[in-house]
Amino acid sequence: MDAAAHAEHSHPGWQTYLKIALVLFALTALEVAAYEVVERHSPAAFATLLEPIVVPVLLILSAFKFALVAMFYMHLKMDGKLLSGVFSFSLILAAFIISALMVIFGYLYSHAPTVNQLK
Amino acid sequence: MAEHAHAMDEHHYTATGIDNRKLAIWTFIGSECMFFASLIGTYLVYKGRDVIGPKPHAQWLDKAGQLQEQMLEIPLVTFGTALLLFSSFFVVLALSGAQRGNRKQLIGWLIATIFCGVFFVGMQVYEFNHFFHRGMGYTTNLFGSTFYTLTGFHGTHVTLGLVWLVSVLFVALKGDLPPEKSLNLEIAALYWHFVDVVWIVIFPVVYLIR
Repeated sequence: MDAAAHAEHSHPGWQTYLKIALVLFALTALEVAAYEVVERHSPAAFATLLEPIVVPVLLILSAFKFALVAMFYMHLKMDGKLLSGVFSFSLILAAFIISALMVIFGYLYSHAPTVNQLK
Repeated sequence: MAEHAHAMDEHHYTATGIDNRKLAIWTFIGSECMFFASLIGTYLVYKGRDVIGPKPHAQWLDKAGQLQEQMLEIPLVTFGTALLLFSSFFVVLALSGAQRGNRKQLIGWLIATIFCGVFFVGMQVYEFNHFFHRGMGYTTNLFGSTFYTLTGFHGTHVTLGLVWLVSVLFVALKGDLPPEKSLNLEIAALYWHFVDVVWIVIFPVVYLIR
């Protein structure tokens, strides 16, 4: 009981929170910069290099930001494994829902007859 | 000793050692993850399958045959995103103030959090209004339906979070949020961080990935 109460109040200080905020801000700036480089195709050499990998880059940056907020601001890093387990399990189910929808609709788009074929 | 016992009474610990309200909010957040996953999944499966405009990332022809610019405006939404991220920072500072009994810090940072949230909702209202006047209604095309549904549900969650934070602010202003009751703010803050992490996913998926 005491351990739980202690864990609840052993959150990081404002310096750590500020560092996390600045990292989140920098990562958001990187995301937008990656989008702008590809969108404007400038600088051209970098845009050519970035264009094929921009989607995974954006998703990785987003996942990193997500993890930082969950671990430090939502205190999952300090609050014990049960809460992390509850959240991780729901995230796995969420990823499964998105994947299942994409697979089902991908199959539908590639195999279902078109309106013209049905006429 | 009596104060300690009172503080323990304020916390409703379960057999897991975790307060039942905290476990409940995390379970609720888990269910909300699946709710938003279905909305994000639906947005993704219909992405780029519009037969007619408006288009999110490309020029499009309106009914009069006029060429229109892409719908999404990245600079405004980026500013809104930054404010939402900083609001998460502000609410942890407010929580830190509540846990240490620093009422000035608690109220100041809570007001800053609410200000950021209000701006974010205002940004979304402006965006929806702007899109509607540019010819994108809810049923205009697939992009309109999925965009308004996904971002609209998120905006509703932000608004509910704001109502929650404002109610906590009133309690704090009345002086009824001592350190032993700081969990009341922590639970509201967890919900606020959740709407932030959902936006962290929505922002690249909707606005940055073509």
